Amino acid sequence: MKNLQSILRKNAVPLLFAVVSLMGVYFAKMPAQFLLMEIVKRMARNSFLVLSLIIPVVAGMGLNFGIVLGALAGQIALILATHWEWAGLIGLSMTALLAVPFALIFGYFAGRVLNRAKGREMITGMVMGFVANGLYQLVFLSLVGTIIPFNNPKMRISSSPGLQNTINLKLLKGSLDGIWEIRYGFTKFPMVTFMVIVLLAIAIWAFFRTKMGQDFRAIGQDRHIAGVAGINADANRIVAIVISTVLAAWGQIIFLQNIGTLNTYNSHEQVGTFAIAALLIGGASVTKATITQALTGTFLFHLLFVVSPMAGQTIFGSAQIGEYFRVFVAYGIIAISLALHAWQNKTS
Amino acid sequence: MKEQIINFYDKFGLPRLIITLFVILVLIVATTTDLNIGSLLSDSLVRIGMNGIFVLAMIPSIQSGNGLNFGLPVGILSGIVGTLIAMENKLVGFGGFAVALFAAIPIAIIAGYIYAQLLNRVVGQEMMVGTYVGFAIVAGMCIFWLTAPFKNPAMIWAIGGEGLRTTLTLADSFTGVLNKALVFKVFGISVPTGLLLFFAFMAFLVWVFAQSKHGVAMEMVGRNPRFAVASGLKLNKYRTLGTVLSTVLAAIGYVVYAQSFGFVQLYMGPLMMAFPAVAGILIGGASTTSAKVAHGVIGVILFQTLLTVGMPVANKVIAGNISEIARVIISNGMILYALTRTTGGDQA
Repeated sequence: MKNLQSILRKNAVPLLFAVVSLMGVYFAKMPAQFLLMEIVKRMARNSFLVLSLIIPVVAGMGLNFGIVLGALAGQIALILATHWEWAGLIGLSMTALLAVPFALIFGYFAGRVLNRAKGREMITGMVMGFVANGLYQLVFLSLVGTIIPFNNPKMRISSSPGLQNTINLKLLKGSLDGIWEIRYGFTKFPMVTFMVIVLLAIAIWAFFRTKMGQDFRAIGQDRHIAGVAGINADANRIVAIVISTVLAAWGQIIFLQNIGTLNTYNSHEQVGTFAIAALLIGGASVTKATITQALTGTFLFHLLFVVSPMAGQTIFGSAQIGEYFRVFVAYGIIAISLALHAWQNKTS
Repeated sequence: MKEQIINFYDKFGLPRLIITLFVILVLIVATTTDLNIGSLLSDSLVRIGMNGIFVLAMIPSIQSGNGLNFGLPVGILSGIVGTLIAMENKLVGFGGFAVALFAAIPIAIIAGYIYAQLLNRVVGQEMMVGTYVGFAIVAGMCIFWLTAPFKNPAMIWAIGGEGLRTTLTLADSFTGVLNKALVFKVFGISVPTGLLLFFAFMAFLVWVFAQSKHGVAMEMVGRNPRFAVASGLKLNKYRTLGTVLSTVLAAIGYVVYAQSFGFVQLYMGPLMMAFPAVAGILIGGASTTSAKVAHGVIGVILFQTLLTVGMPVANKVIAGNISEIARVIISNGMILYALTRTTGGDQA
């Protein structure tokens, strides 16, 4: 009995969301086939991004709101790849490689900035994401076509500088998902994408068993004690953010090859918020996150996302209420877990 | 002499110096273009009065040790509800403005008090928690706008007859009651005396409060909590006071902002409204731990002049529309700078 109680308490958040999501499923009255299709698609799209958050959490840096920088690195690579007309799986692999140097530079820079803001990493990471977004827009909306020569009529706005609002990724669309798909009714399971996600999960699991992974844990538990034990906390923190940024870049590439179009100026805006909300719904906190939590969270969050408009329609007679409700949940869950974490820290 | 210059430089801070020089440079460049400087400066005076009170709202929050109030939407939404109450009852002119204020202030006191109870439990993480509480409340209020019991046909959707519109016009209500009061012209610049007087009056109130017994105690709580406790001050009492004052100022700020802007933007409109205010006070020379009324006044003048005069000039000189991008980069860059200033070593 005590065991059951502790299991319940430990998993209170995912259980609560499971109940809310199931109620949503019940009221939405969506065809099971459609629901399955949506969930499979969204799991394939988003899991990689959510997993990219785990390493900085374990290294004691909190939820990495700066994964926006990684997403931007991925998008820059995709823009170049589209310009050079790379196609298929080879094209996509080359894009992923091309994103790495960008992500390394951004991640290194982000790590340096976050080391100057210890204890405030999350708000700093978030604001850093806004600044990076501004700089990205400056480059691709104003400088491209004026200072940076770029004359691809398919991608440029004809009358003024800047790239078009949406860029069609048709050459790369589905190049990972489409390799091997298993059909079940309407649902196509993109097996290779799921394999990549599993591979990443195993890699993260293995990473925490290496010397460096253990160092990260030590830093996450107590930076000062780790320092006394001879671990260079600052350098390791930068490495943690660099890894997370590179993974986020790849995550964004996987996400966009599934969608097939790049919204040049806002595909990345909500990356941080949604990935973090998903991780937290899985039961993670600011200091603790596991692979299981990331994957459960992605599942529950997107289940809720799919069913809320229809559930809102049946319960309140307005789909819009459901839509606002899911935005409220995304922001609310982040607010609540941040508050709970700070509260626990204070009382302990 | 050299020492004095260095001392002045340290106090003034590099970013503020750059922005001041930039504003001066922009004003000089503006005279060489065919832009109407008089109307640009008139616009910036309006913008200063319009945004000034939001910037003032940061002061009690910083002074009481709560940091920058990213939860400004809590107060802004109270101001919106006040404005809507005046509109619902079809009140016009000064009467409408006054009713909006008197309806908004008690709501803001209650909302601010509840918000303060949360912030008092998350000491050290107020800014991050505040940001997401603000986001969550904006999203939650979207559901309220859809279901709110307002009946005035000018405010609700024409089709369906339920739910407030996204943008409401104040033209038939109290647009410009302050802006149009006592306007006079000098050198082609029209001075909105009523608006500026109201702003000056609010700044004076904040200043007077800071000199009062409670104000001094509040600043001590913010500056050195341990010392404050040792001298017998109740931490939470003054932290609550700071948050409530900040929220009330934000609510008043919104009513003033709305009468000047002429519209009320509901739904996701208030989402990012805290950020320009935060940037404003930082540009004025405040830090996350100390702020004076002078910082707020200087900050709002510099920032709003830069935006209203600088951006049309920038658009003229550099091709393409970069005003929005520049605004994002400057305001968030300023916040990022302030967050990465080391304040007393590692913060918990």
